[in-house]
Amino acid sequence: MSKLTLRTEGDTYLIVTRRFAAPPEAVYRAHIEPELVQKWMLGPAGWTMPVCINEAKPGGKIRYEWSHPQRGSFFLTGEFLELEPYSRIVHVERMHLPDPTPDNHVETRFVTDGSGTLMTMRMTLPDAQTRAAMLSTGMENGMEASYVRLEEMIKPGLARTGAA
Amino acid sequence: MFEQPPLDLAFAALADPTRRAILARLAQGEATVLELAEPFDMTQPAVSQHLKVLEDAGLVSHRVEGSKRPRRLSKAGIDAMDQWLDMLRNALKANYSRLDQVLASMERKNAGPKKKGEPQ
Repeated sequence: MSKLTLRTEGDTYLIVTRRFAAPPEAVYRAHIEPELVQKWMLGPAGWTMPVCINEAKPGGKIRYEWSHPQRGSFFLTGEFLELEPYSRIVHVERMHLPDPTPDNHVETRFVTDGSGTLMTMRMTLPDAQTRAAMLSTGMENGMEASYVRLEEMIKPGLARTGAA
Repeated sequence: MFEQPPLDLAFAALADPTRRAILARLAQGEATVLELAEPFDMTQPAVSQHLKVLEDAGLVSHRVEGSKRPRRLSKAGIDAMDQWLDMLRNALKANYSRLDQVLASMERKNAGPKKKGEPQ
């Protein structure tokens, strides 16, 4: 399976692609049906999604709540804008931490690719500055390395400043 | 204690490479404006301006020690951002690996009774 790619377009777009070894119908359903979403949209190890609401129709509500035994919980809300089974989902979402993050407008497309599916997720951030902030913190080049670096830079200082 | 500024202020503050470098320096421990200005080859007012942005974003705080105001990382601000970054950093990668497994099990279910070893 090819890896995740992430690139920018224009001032405010972020584009994620990923290939899956299953037909578009399955990948689409796994993005919509709560009992499937709850199995995979969990983030880092240790998190669960006790609440998953997907009213899969235009205007339908989205609410995901994540929970972690040590790190607490937070949630995401959103609304579906357009649904074209099994090729396209358009929705908006925001995280509540508890302050809401800026609205992220997301279009997800599923296209047959050989015996599998190519998923393309296009995120539109409200402005260039918000995207710049996301990118600068490391999403640009595969996310992982930059974030680990940032964390390494910041963490030792936290240990020293203690519970400042 | 203090109300935490909105998270997007923190991300906007991080959009500047100099401010990220200042945070990296503060991660080593407290520093005054003078100490921060030196390695960055910047004037003190320029550093102060960046520090103000970082303080407004809740990422840096200061204390008063005589005529000095040493700056340090603000744990609350960094933690709030870190929680969000944590999600972004690992979420997509981990999520899609799990989705691979979900899709594989959906396929097995579809193949259903034909599969060897499946309970009748």
